[in-house]
Amino acid sequence: MADESYPDGLLYHPEHDWASVEGDTATFGITWFAQEALGEVVFFDPPGVGSTVAANEFYAEVESVKAVSEVVAPLSGEIVEVNVALADAPEAINGDPYGDGWMVRVKLSDPKEADSLLKRDDYQATLS
Amino acid sequence: MTRLDGGSTPQQRERATTIFEKGSPGRRAFVAPALDVPEVGGLIPASMRRAEKPRLPEASEPEIVRHYVNLSKRNFDLDSGFYPLGSCTMKHNPRLHERVAALPGHCRLHPLQHPRRAQGALELMFALQVALGEIAGLPHVSLQPSAGSHGELAGVLLTRAFHEDRGEHRTKVLTPDSAHGTNPATVTMAGYEVVKVALDADGGVDVEDLRAKADEQCACLMLTNPSTLGIFDPNIEEIAAIVHGVGATLYYDGANLNAIMGYSRPGDMGFDIVHFNLHKTFTQPHGGGGPGAGPIAVSERIEPYLPRPQVVCRPPDNGGPPTFDLDVDRPKSIGKLRGFQGNYGVFVRTYAYIRSLGAEGLKDLSEVAVLNANYLLARLREEVGELLPLAFGERCMHEFVLSGAPMKKELGIRTLDLAKRLLDHGMHPPTVYFPLVVEEALLIEPTETETRETLDEFVEAIVAIVREAAKDPDVALNAPYTTPVRRLDEAGAARKPRVRQEL
Amino acid sequence: MSGYTAVTEQDLEHMLGVIGVESIEQLFDGIPAGVRLDGPIDLPAGEPEQAVYAELRRLAARNVSTEDELCFLGAGMYDHYVPSIIDMLMSRSEFLTPYTPYQPEVSQGGLQVMFEYQTAISELTGLAVSNASVYEGPSAVAAAAYLAKAVNKRSRLLVSRGVHPDSRETLRTLAVGYAMTVEEIALEDGVTDAEALAGGLGDDVSAVIIQQPNFLGSIEDVRALCDAAHEHGALVVCAADPLTLGVIEAPGNQGVDVCVGEGQTLGNRLDFGGPSFGFFAATEKHIRNMPGRIAGETTDADGRRGFVLTLQTREQHIRREKATSNICTSQALNALGGVVYLSWLGRRGLVELGELMLQRTHYARQTLSALDGVSALHDQPVVREFALSIDAPVDRVLERCAAAGVNAGYALGRSYDEHPDGLLVAITEQRSRADIDRFADVLGNAVAAERALADAGAVA
Repeated sequence: MADESYPDGLLYHPEHDWASVEGDTATFGITWFAQEALGEVVFFDPPGVGSTVAANEFYAEVESVKAVSEVVAPLSGEIVEVNVALADAPEAINGDPYGDGWMVRVKLSDPKEADSLLKRDDYQATLS
Repeated sequence: MTRLDGGSTPQQRERATTIFEKGSPGRRAFVAPALDVPEVGGLIPASMRRAEKPRLPEASEPEIVRHYVNLSKRNFDLDSGFYPLGSCTMKHNPRLHERVAALPGHCRLHPLQHPRRAQGALELMFALQVALGEIAGLPHVSLQPSAGSHGELAGVLLTRAFHEDRGEHRTKVLTPDSAHGTNPATVTMAGYEVVKVALDADGGVDVEDLRAKADEQCACLMLTNPSTLGIFDPNIEEIAAIVHGVGATLYYDGANLNAIMGYSRPGDMGFDIVHFNLHKTFTQPHGGGGPGAGPIAVSERIEPYLPRPQVVCRPPDNGGPPTFDLDVDRPKSIGKLRGFQGNYGVFVRTYAYIRSLGAEGLKDLSEVAVLNANYLLARLREEVGELLPLAFGERCMHEFVLSGAPMKKELGIRTLDLAKRLLDHGMHPPTVYFPLVVEEALLIEPTETETRETLDEFVEAIVAIVREAAKDPDVALNAPYTTPVRRLDEAGAARKPRVRQEL
Repeated sequence: MSGYTAVTEQDLEHMLGVIGVESIEQLFDGIPAGVRLDGPIDLPAGEPEQAVYAELRRLAARNVSTEDELCFLGAGMYDHYVPSIIDMLMSRSEFLTPYTPYQPEVSQGGLQVMFEYQTAISELTGLAVSNASVYEGPSAVAAAAYLAKAVNKRSRLLVSRGVHPDSRETLRTLAVGYAMTVEEIALEDGVTDAEALAGGLGDDVSAVIIQQPNFLGSIEDVRALCDAAHEHGALVVCAADPLTLGVIEAPGNQGVDVCVGEGQTLGNRLDFGGPSFGFFAATEKHIRNMPGRIAGETTDADGRRGFVLTLQTREQHIRREKATSNICTSQALNALGGVVYLSWLGRRGLVELGELMLQRTHYARQTLSALDGVSALHDQPVVREFALSIDAPVDRVLERCAAAGVNAGYALGRSYDEHPDGLLVAITEQRSRADIDRFADVLGNAVAAERALADAGAVA
């Protein structure tokens, strides 16, 4: 498992998701806190490429041995890529939640939604 | 007794090998009867003939016996030690039941034998229906469901049939937050939406929340009483009134019926449908996870929809004895839920148990179950109450829930670690992490068949583990040490499922 | 007090003192007065063990078991020999009395049995994954339909009339909850009518459900039925008799997606219909939609091989209302009987037993259908069971045979309006040629007597 961290430069959703926005596309994943709460991840059930996701709604499932968690989309848009490597190595979500553990890339339908997400310090404040 | 030095027990030194890895080509246990009819070729067209024979084991009878006997020794079982697995009711399994179930007149009776030649079986089933109806306080019983979950499904489908027969199409079923997972899973299978009802501060149903959610769209409330928290809901009459007030049915999950026999009956509480877990209250052996049986008892208004066939008693003709029959002519029945008439072998055991105990014995059973649980609770509160507090209330019925949250905070070991360390003490741990509404939950059900000495030994084991953890939490964190295997990589098993032997 | 509890006066006093109450009754104070039982439960008083034994023996004696008559009745459960080692192993405390293996470190025996069982079922059915068993056969068919719904979200089920009547009825009962419709596909000359199936198929069909061998004993052309169903994207669920799969091609090798069935024939007793077990196997891609327990192989902290319950996130205790099923247990003890039986039978024995049934069934069909007033209902290949047409009232013929100590089989008219004169006859390794010959005598006499009565009636 990785050490606790919340990188600067990412945007955070209070439901423990992060988004890395570049122009009108974004990468989504779950935070260190979320993967720690979940325990060892054993399965990632991604959405289909081409499907749409809405901010604050579930778009994927992550399973540990004895829990299933639905993953909340921090922003709205269309799925343009899913992290297929997680099919064979879902443990990357634990080992590298902000890197190899990324989940989907999304073409944003409303990039301005990003303004409502939390900066690192504000998110971290919600954890204590 | 504990090995911390990396040493291993004799069983641990032996690598697990499956029956498929034993034996040798050409070995056999079965000897086929001689072919005594003229052999004819081509009876199965070549395209339908099995091309490659299934690769079953090839082993002699002694090899097979030794293999499975040795495997059995890698199991912990109720006959060997304390098994306080909450909500599972791990009570002694009388061996009389095995003996009577193995009588050829019972165990070699074909399910489609003509009722006239199965009068003993039908008489037994009818008598069991009457007894279970009396225990439930509800007049009509179907023995058909195969397990508690199957009884639940029957119950919700009966509810659907009941409403639809009145021209009502309801969409929701209410279940409390603390419900067993089978309740919501059943609701979905029966085509309803689950609506969760909150718990109040005492662990009972939050009556105001229920009142807010119960409406004309609600088909049913599914409730366990006493609940999985071991608490008898003091508001049960009001709950029943609210549910009946909106025209919904009240379903009783009978998992905890063993707490109240002789004191109260679900029918008297206002329930319409009850399922029994014959493998819990009525001591059908659990068999490592089945078989069980989940008969249901229902009120008058639900009766027309019961599964078929029903066992019925026909009044005597011209002064003879009554006869028993299977009634399939039930036009409003929801139909069958499985093959034939249900798990008869389980009914034989249950009937023997009810005959052995009688009314007094059943009441005694509940009393001692509640006494043992409260005694164990009181002892644990006295010894480790700070670290493992009772989740709700002051006392309990037949089981109780402790929270391991303070222990986790103070000692750095979780409920899971406590459970694993108990294995080194030769005891089966309680149910852990259920109910979900309690953090680090330990659900403890000692049952009525345990002695006071055993309960005391359990308390001593818990005390020893927390004392040990106060000094060195690593011991519990890495437990167990003495079992056939140590902690297993469950995450690895789930990531790359290997669910059969490669041959 | 029964002998199963152990509280003495002294214990009671001590325990109440520790709890801090005066009496046991006080512990029940939480039950409101309005819902209290005001008298004793109305049941007879308890009796000592020997009296209960005598009562259960009296009831057993009122049944005519397969030890009391020559039994040719099958129709879903069969009178096979149960080897003695099964009684011994199934009654061992270590298998009989534990719960579901929630603590794998002390449940390796049971978990390994599940793993071995899954391997054996997977081999038999020709499918990659098997669960650790479900309740029994007909409900397994309905469980497979729930899988089909989850997989393709379609709403129609087509079920062959060759599927056991109890399975079809169970399917109809549960399909109400699944919001699926069930349509039956007729039989033609003893097998599923391919044209009727083609006519029923469409892109809204979730699954086609067949049985091998079917209820009339016929071997179905499973491959052809699968091809037709798959053309429309429907799954194929096949209920199979596992004991015939040494001689009939495995359903999984013929395109079946889900194979289920009644496990009683694998070392389980008749028990008037249960408990037995149902098996449930599927292709690899459906593993996450399977119902029930599944054991998997893994390693422990020291690297030793071990077994655990796996893929539990499918199940009700975790996924709750979104679970793949509400089933909570397997039929572990009965499945143990199943895998011990298959080990006892062994690789060659399964085929030898299948061949023996095949030959004796053929002999019986030839012998019985040669009787006056008796003919084969169809000419399809059969393995262990076949249907006859009787030119006399079947119920009365059955009664005459019973009076002569022979259970002649199942009157098809009970569930097939189209076969009021049908009789379904089952053969196991326990029915020898001599038994079949005796049956032929008894059946011939019974039919002749009924026809003579009918003739006399006609003359009168």
